[in-house]
Amino acid sequence: MIRVILPQHLRALAQVGAEVRLEVEGEITQCSILNALEVRYPMLRGTIRDQVTHARRPFVRFFACGEDLSHESPDASLPDMIASGAEPFWVVGAIAGG
Amino acid sequence: MSGVRVLVGTRKGAFILSADGKREKWDVSGPHFAGWEIYHLKGSPVDSNRLYASQSSGWFGQLMQRSNDGGKTWEPVGNKFAYDGVPGTHQWYDGTPHPWEFKRVWHLEPSLTDRETVFAGVEDAAIFRSTDGGQIWQELPGLRGHGTGPRWQPGAGGMCLHTILLDPSDPGRMYIAISAAGAFRTDDGGKTWRPINRGLRSEYIPDPTAEVGHCVHRIAMHRSRPGVLFMQKHWDVMRSDDAGDSWREVSGNLPTDFGFVIDVHAHEPETIYVVPIKSDSEHFPLEGKLRVYRSRTGGNDWEPLTNGLPQKDCYVNVLRDAMAVDALDSCGIYFGTTGGQVYVSADGGDNWSPIVHDLPAVVSVEVQTLP
Repeated sequence: MIRVILPQHLRALAQVGAEVRLEVEGEITQCSILNALEVRYPMLRGTIRDQVTHARRPFVRFFACGEDLSHESPDASLPDMIASGAEPFWVVGAIAGG
Repeated sequence: MSGVRVLVGTRKGAFILSADGKREKWDVSGPHFAGWEIYHLKGSPVDSNRLYASQSSGWFGQLMQRSNDGGKTWEPVGNKFAYDGVPGTHQWYDGTPHPWEFKRVWHLEPSLTDRETVFAGVEDAAIFRSTDGGQIWQELPGLRGHGTGPRWQPGAGGMCLHTILLDPSDPGRMYIAISAAGAFRTDDGGKTWRPINRGLRSEYIPDPTAEVGHCVHRIAMHRSRPGVLFMQKHWDVMRSDDAGDSWREVSGNLPTDFGFVIDVHAHEPETIYVVPIKSDSEHFPLEGKLRVYRSRTGGNDWEPLTNGLPQKDCYVNVLRDAMAVDALDSCGIYFGTTGGQVYVSADGGDNWSPIVHDLPAVVSVEVQTLP
């Protein structure tokens, strides 16, 4: 079971709590987690990554196990701790703006 | 007794203000979508409980929302706005080519005849249509592709398609306006478009009478005379009596003819309203006095309306989508400010009072007249 932590505005949009638990098929990557997240919560499509290009939105970052993985390949394997559910995959909105 | 529902979009959420026909006691609902920019909400003329809302943020992009109960509850609908084909380029601020990039939905215009059909004006400028209640959006590419698109340039607020007017007498005819490209018309339901900017003069562009490039801020019409259009341009208040084929200036005795909003009285097609703003670099009322100006002659002769509006130390702006009129017998006029006030006049502009005065900056105001 993959654990995902969403920023506050996306929790409100998807009507979920702080942590979402997802079944993810196959290799655990940013892309496979986001695919599963968007299937389960279609209202999140386009809010984290572009719907056409799948490019991460500029003010969104991905963290796991204390590391900023935002610039890693979306298809790179994530750490075992994420795949095992021991650690969550964080979607973080930039601390910016007004 | 009939009533009104005022739909207010702000920088940090949506608010719904409701009253009976007296328009004296108001119920305030909101914020809906707290923390998000709500550029526009609008109700279907076919079903007043069907509302559409444009919700966006710099972090999480564009969302679309729909309500079937007059705004009590909402459901997210489709938010995929993909330009038709390879979008090409328009001009950037410095005149260099810049790729078309979707940023947000500025304006929603529900169909006059079908509750499931709604048009969206977007930045970078294009018009989209949904025929399934907002789930799937498809561009009407004839506008962006009719030929002048590569010469369009953004205004200071972005290259936005902010006005969509549907002709109630001719389902094929629509008008749209873009900052800073100008006004355009289709006569075949959006397949083909042409610029309608003859008569506009903009001293701040290289060719002041160019076919496109004018910073049109807003267009308004009265539904009984859809061929008569009123325009608040960047500078100049304009009028057309031939569906936009030609325009003439009607700024007349306005103290300044810069501004954003313009609207028409619900029952008097020659009575129009603007809110003069000092200049394009000083976006606030002249002399710190918030004044609506009314013309009962379709322009040129204007009178200031001040009763109930602040007449000193007022430095708010009134943005282009932030004025609306209701259709009650005594026509109500509404406008919102960047200071968070929404004002109402229940007597055509003679007397004003604030419905609310501490909202986030108001981006848009629409009003529904309820049975």
